[in-house]
Amino acid sequence: MIINIARKELKSLFSSPMGWVVLALLQFVFATFFVIGIDQYFQTMSGAMRPEERQGVTEFVGYSVFGIASFIMLFAVPLLSMRLISEERRQQTLTFLVSAPLTLTEIVLGKFFGLVTFLTITILLMAAMVSSLNLWADIDFGFIFSNVIGLWLLVASFSALGVYVSSTTQQPVVAGIITFVALFALLILDHFFAGDPSSTMAYLSLMRHFEPFSRGVLDTKDFLYFLLFITTFLTLTVRRLDADRLRG
Amino acid sequence: MTTITVEASELTRIYGGREAVSNVSFTLSKGEVLGFLGPNGAGKSTTMKMLTGNLAPSKGRVKICGIDIIENPKEAKALIGYLPEQPPLYREFTVDEFLTIAARLHRVNNQHIKKAVQVAKERCGLTEMGKRLIENLSKGYQQRVGIAQAIIHNPMVVILDEPTVGLDPIQIRDIRALIKELGGEHSVILSTHILPEVEMVCDHVQIIHKGQLVFNGAIDVLKQQRHGNKLLIGLNNPPENDALLKIAGVTGIDTLPSGLISVRYAEGQLPAEAIVQAAVKSGWGLYQINPDQTSLEEVFVQLTFQEQGLQEQAA
Repeated sequence: MIINIARKELKSLFSSPMGWVVLALLQFVFATFFVIGIDQYFQTMSGAMRPEERQGVTEFVGYSVFGIASFIMLFAVPLLSMRLISEERRQQTLTFLVSAPLTLTEIVLGKFFGLVTFLTITILLMAAMVSSLNLWADIDFGFIFSNVIGLWLLVASFSALGVYVSSTTQQPVVAGIITFVALFALLILDHFFAGDPSSTMAYLSLMRHFEPFSRGVLDTKDFLYFLLFITTFLTLTVRRLDADRLRG
Repeated sequence: MTTITVEASELTRIYGGREAVSNVSFTLSKGEVLGFLGPNGAGKSTTMKMLTGNLAPSKGRVKICGIDIIENPKEAKALIGYLPEQPPLYREFTVDEFLTIAARLHRVNNQHIKKAVQVAKERCGLTEMGKRLIENLSKGYQQRVGIAQAIIHNPMVVILDEPTVGLDPIQIRDIRALIKELGGEHSVILSTHILPEVEMVCDHVQIIHKGQLVFNGAIDVLKQQRHGNKLLIGLNNPPENDALLKIAGVTGIDTLPSGLISVRYAEGQLPAEAIVQAAVKSGWGLYQINPDQTSLEEVFVQLTFQEQGLQEQAA
């Protein structure tokens, strides 16, 4: 049942220009940074004579591509997530889902996974692009893998927050803006608390937990953080929808 | 054999201290069509939302084929097809795509989905529209898609909230025929404020006013109230009232401002023939005679008005 709703969401994304345009633009941006990354790699490395100054091509290009991806997704996810529930509220189509033999959890998870599947497509395309370097060089697949996992968890967290905000309003644009601001705040939280690295607030920053992945370090603590983040917001969404039923 | 498909007991819904629906109880058997009547804001839609599990009742319970909708929402909802006031349509899909999704979400078996979509389209007269985007359909066709969506999984109970709004007269006739047809094998609940519609398609009628059931019974009862025991006659040379009162069965005479005469008669007697004979014999110049029907509207107004009076008395 979750799959059926996810399928519906994907279909809905691809039956409007929205999905295609976002997909194309994202690939355009990533590809641009990919090309620039390779270009810079040759420039930088030709200047680096000593072996300790040298850096692998995967790390160099990957850092540039995945680094920008986490930033671009900050804009892309709110654009895609804002309509998920708010639009259904506005068009009164939520009744259709609620009247069907589905639990609210299934509806919310379906919507979440529909969006995440779409974003997974972009991430996989991006990973394929970076992996194409393997034609000319020996690249570090482990590094790419860790980056892909990190980015995936990051956008899944973005989506979870987006779904929740979308469930609180009837206006997609409002949902989009709130999601964007909230994500932005969560991302740069550790900048505000840079002076005190042990601060709890800084620990909440999404970026701080994405950063180890981008260095190629897989830490269960970070996994757990993202999973908790996702579960929290999805649970809140279910509760928000349930409140509709109870309070009307 | 009658199987009870819908059982609502003491449904109450409170919005901010005000009872939008209070103590509504009824049962519906298989194959019956129940009409919900009421003025705007009477609580029809709220009741329907509670029946379909879209709104939790503040008090009372709903059972669909014996399954409690609050305790086992999934099982109960699988037995219901619901068309809300505003048809829930994804405008970016084509009719076929949308109905396929509806079938899938209502757990129609994968192999039967195509067939189910086909059948639903045929029943609602949408066969030609399969490839069209819902967005581009006229209001009437969108309404049909809404109905198709509600019956696609062949539910035991079909709940339609004002299904004929926005349709042209021919479409309305089609939809009424469809509702009658549905009534054969399913139970149907429909709400409307078009009174003749109720008379045409429903077996049972409930009139709801300010959240309270003011009338609950078979349509025949309502019809009887409507017919009353009155005849309307038109005479060119009306005699004295006494002459009319002498006719067997006649109990009262009213002369209406239009010049027509309204004749009340005792229950069970039909003095029409006697009146005609008397008119011919005495040369009253009879030019019109027909049963004087209070319109359903009047009955409706009476019922809702009486209730108001009672409440005022109580207060």
